[in-house]
Formats: sequence, C-alpha cells, structure tokens
Amino acid sequence: MHNTSFPEGDFRAPVPVLTPGQGYRSITDKLTGLVFTANTPRAWFAFVGVGFSLLMCLLMALTWLLLKGIGIWGNNIPVGWAFDIINFVWWIGIGHAGTLISAVLLLFKQDWRMSISRSAEAMTIFAVVCAAIFPIFHTGRPWLAIYWLLPYPNTMLLWPNFRSPLIWDVFAVSTYATVSIVFWYTGLIPDLATFRDRAKNKIVARVYGILALGWRGSAKHWYRYENASLLLAGLSTPLVLSVHTVVSFDFAVAVLPGWHATIFPPYFVAGAVYAGFAMVLTLLIPLRKMYGLQDLITMHHIENMAKVMLVTGLIVVYGYACELFFGWYSGNTYERFMLINRTWRGPYAWAYWMLLLCNFIVPQLMWSKRFRRNIPVVFFVCMFVNVGMWLERFVIIVTSLHRDFIPSSWQMYYPTRWDFLTFFGTIGLFLTLMFLFVRVLPMLAIFELKTLLPEAKPKASGDGGSH
Amino acid sequence: MSHAVEVPQTYGLMAEFDSAQTLLDAAHAVQRAGYTKTDAFSPMPIHGLAEALGFEEHLIPKIVLTGGILGLIAGYGLEYWSSVIAFPLNIGGRPYHSIVAFIPPAYETTILLSALSCFGSLLFLCGFPEPYHPVFNHPRFSLATADKFFLVIEANDPKFSPDTTKTFLGGLGAKEVVSVNE
Repeated sequence: MHNTSFPEGDFRAPVPVLTPGQGYRSITDKLTGLVFTANTPRAWFAFVGVGFSLLMCLLMALTWLLLKGIGIWGNNIPVGWAFDIINFVWWIGIGHAGTLISAVLLLFKQDWRMSISRSAEAMTIFAVVCAAIFPIFHTGRPWLAIYWLLPYPNTMLLWPNFRSPLIWDVFAVSTYATVSIVFWYTGLIPDLATFRDRAKNKIVARVYGILALGWRGSAKHWYRYENASLLLAGLSTPLVLSVHTVVSFDFAVAVLPGWHATIFPPYFVAGAVYAGFAMVLTLLIPLRKMYGLQDLITMHHIENMAKVMLVTGLIVVYGYACELFFGWYSGNTYERFMLINRTWRGPYAWAYWMLLLCNFIVPQLMWSKRFRRNIPVVFFVCMFVNVGMWLERFVIIVTSLHRDFIPSSWQMYYPTRWDFLTFFGTIGLFLTLMFLFVRVLPMLAIFELKTLLPEAKPKASGDGGSH
Repeated sequence: MSHAVEVPQTYGLMAEFDSAQTLLDAAHAVQRAGYTKTDAFSPMPIHGLAEALGFEEHLIPKIVLTGGILGLIAGYGLEYWSSVIAFPLNIGGRPYHSIVAFIPPAYETTILLSALSCFGSLLFLCGFPEPYHPVFNHPRFSLATADKFFLVIEANDPKFSPDTTKTFLGGLGAKEVVSVNE
C-alpha cells in the first residue's frame, strides 16, 4: 500500500479489507470457532445432504460404466467427445480462479485476496478432482490407462506418444493438481498450528498437531515460509496459464473447423478465470451468510470479484468475436459452414444463443455499482455464467464435431441419463468435499488476515538497529 | 554420557510480549546486546523480525532454481529417450525428435520439480516434521499462534546467564520472563 492521499470519495483510495474493530484475538476466535463448535449451521447439513446424495449417484454411474463400458454414454462417432470432455474443461476452468486468486493476486499485492484465497484454493483442488474423473473414466478401462498415459518402464516396453496433446494434458493436469495441493497445504500449516493450540479435545489437537508438522511461528521459519510462498506463487502463475493453454491444445491442434484456431489458448484461459470467479462467488455468498463472515468477506470483496468477472467475461466475448471473424476471413468453405451451422442453420444453434445470453448479455449488469453490491443480483449473474461456460464448451465440442467435412458422416448427439448422472454426481462430489473442508479446516487464512491489522506492521527501531 | 538421574536442562529464557512492536524492538535490543542463539515467535509473519535477530539465508531460491533445471532436463530427457531411443514411433511422418511438441511436458516437469523442491526445502530447512520442541514446554506458548509474541534466548548462548539475561529481557517490555526446560 502506498501512502499517497486521495481526495474524499476518490475511487483510487485504498479500501480497508477488513471492517474496523478486528484484532488478533477476534480473528482467531471467530475462525477457529467455525470449526470448534457444537452448532454447525443447519444449512451445512442440507448442503452436505444434497452433495452426498449426488455423490452416491456418481458412484452408481461409474460402477455401471465400468460394468457395461462407455457405450452407456451418448457420445459416438462423429461426436466421440461430449459430456466427458465438456465437464472436464468446465471443472478445470473453475479450478483456475483459486490459483489466480492466491498466486496472481499475491504477486500483484492485492490484499483483499486474503479473505477468499483459502477457500478458492480448496475449490481448485476439488474442481481438479472432479475434472480428472471424466478423462480417466472415458478411457473405459482406467487400470489400463496407466500405461497409455504415464511414462513408466512397463513389461511391454511401451512409451506414451509425447507428440499428442492428450499426453501434454496428463502432464499439465497432474502437475497442476500436485502443485495446487502443495501450495494449499503450505498455506494451511500455520493455521493448522493455530487449530492445534486451540483444540480442547486431545485427539483433535493431536491430529491437527501432526498436520501442522510442529509449526511454532518462529521468526526464522516465517522468513523461509514467506520466501517459499512467494516462490510457489511465482511458479503457480505460469502453471495456471499453461494448464488451460494445454487443455485448449486438445482442440486447437486438431484440424477440425471450430477447433483449429490460434485464439484458443488465451480465450480458454480467460474463460477459465471467468467461470472460476463465478463459482467462487456462487460458493462464498452462501458460506458467508451461513457462517456470518460479513466482517471478513465484505461487500468490497464481492464487488472486486464481480469486476474481475466482468473483465474476463468481455475477454471471452472478444474470443467469440475472433472465432466469427477468423471463420469468415479464412475463406474456407468448411470454416464458413461451421459458423453458419453453429449460429444459425444448425440444430444446436439454440445453444449458441443461450451461451451469448449467459456469458455476454446478463453479465453486463455488473457495470453498475448498485448491482455489483447487490448480493442477489451478483448470485443471479454467477448462475448464468456457470451455465454459460458449460454451454460454451458444449458449443465448441458438440457443434464442431456433429457436422464435420462429409455430410454422410453427420450425426446428432444426445446425452443419456448416465451422462447427466455422472455430471451431477461430480457436482455432488464437489459440494461434499467443499463442505467437509469448511467443517474441519480453516476456510479463511487466519495468519494472513492478521497481517492486515495495523498493529501487525511494526516499524523497525529508529537507531539503526536493523541488519 | 549417561547420568544416573536425568536432571532437566534449561533450554532458555522465554519472554512474552503483547504486541508485534515490542517484540521487534526487543529483538533489535537482544541482537545489539550480542546474543546469538535467539528466536522469536509470532502468530503471523513480521517483516524484518528474522533480520533483526541477525538471521540471513538465501537458500530456498537456489534450491528451487536447481530443482527447476533438473525438472527441465529430466522431462526433456525422458521425452527424447523414450521417443527417439527406446520406442521410436512414426506418427504421421513427424520427426522422432519433435522439439516443439516436447515443450509442454518439459515445461510442466520444470514447474513440478521447482514447486516440489520449494516445498521440500522449506520443510527440510525448518526441520519439519518436528514433533517435539522445548518451547512448547512454556505453559502459555499455545498463545503464540493466537495473539501473543515470544522471544527466547537459549541457555547455550555464550552470553547467557540465568539472572542477568532475565533482568535484561524483563527490561525490554516483556510481560513475563519464564525459564523453559529442555
């Protein structure tokens, strides 16, 4: 924060992240109290109940899939990829906001991230878990996929083909999952120690104690810790950009009209951040109310996230415009046909216009400060974006595949009940993991919030004692 | 050395402070007074506190750079070895050594090994996991992760003396100075 003073009401003036009147004690008590309480909010049980039921649907759908094979899904030639890859890209995209908030905003010294970073990082990990289910089970026989996908010295002396974007995907997503977990856990260590020291139950204290690894808040440890956190943020930033870039290569490297476009990597990354911020808001708005966190996740946070959503949404719309322009300007019959089929003549044209409604028209409400500060409106817009980003992947994947070069091979695609059950099942998995996380782990970064307090920034003594 | 009776050794003297400012001032004073085996504890990072105690270390970035370079070499090496030497496969006439196609996986392994070496070096340098440490014997130390600040001068510090060090720490604005056993 710089010391420049701004006139009253100037938009450049720094906004306090926390509401005034907070102290070390109040933050510690509030955030440990969310977990060490006998009064879990009723809504928590409702969310976990819904999530867990859907999770059981997922288990059923996957069991049936393994028994019968992927023929139970609706995808078939020419639409060889459908729900499995739509949902994969949708979930991976959602995950990106967590890394963006905790890593990129850390590098930009955006202090407001501290209230939301922890839960957003958790969201990243759970979204990657949900995403991974789709390609893994789309292999049909995941136990064989190990040698198809991972390079290891097997008895058949086979190695994966590194020229394939699908192998790049394996490397990108598994690295992303690993680094996200490491980053998240690193952030949790000091807060786990706080939990260890506040827990009244001996066994609980011991469990948190084991997870805290013996953290004691030593100045030397903090010094290394801050060093390592900054480096991990610096490493996560190029990583998060590369992950959705590589995901977009799955399409862009193919020759199919509607996929083969150079705009894909940046357009996918922006779409990922867009979807992710919408999902962070979708989760935090109910959580904030459920746990009474209005002092820590303020309207300022909601407004900032709404602004990021608006900007990334406009970048995504720019991507749509580029796709239209490239298709027309290429002069290629197949490219032009793809556009007409996608937007006007084709059987899935409705999906394209729904997508524009969800991702382009409705989010324009966020230009208004009044709407950005109105929680029901923000939530409403986020729901549209969640649906819109799913439709975007549907449009890219299904409408490009269902009518390719030869009319004799055209086919419609209809998802089956198992497609829907698997998709809603992963939403259940996500909800279950997310609500278990808020039940047992600190959902806000306790130590980071303390650094925002004015009394946490002491001045070095004046008589040249430092260094 | 084996003693017939284990006498608890003194680990050091721990002073408790109420604010980050008094802790930082005390850390500067302790350093000026010539104590070297010291440490400070706080619920959140305090900028300049480790430096005030004379602590300086620049290892983690070097370890991370090494990890990254190894990750790059390992990733690219794996791709080259498996696609060119171990299992050359003609995919649509593309060269066995497809440099451009080999970039994404090597990029990811670079980041993977950098991040893992970052996390690993943090744990290694801090000595984690460390289930036992004498500072936890202080009855109020559990507040170091909530709202209190502590400073310790170890008994094996060459300048340590149970009485003068205690008076010295007491004069730095400490709320309480307690002797902690090993």
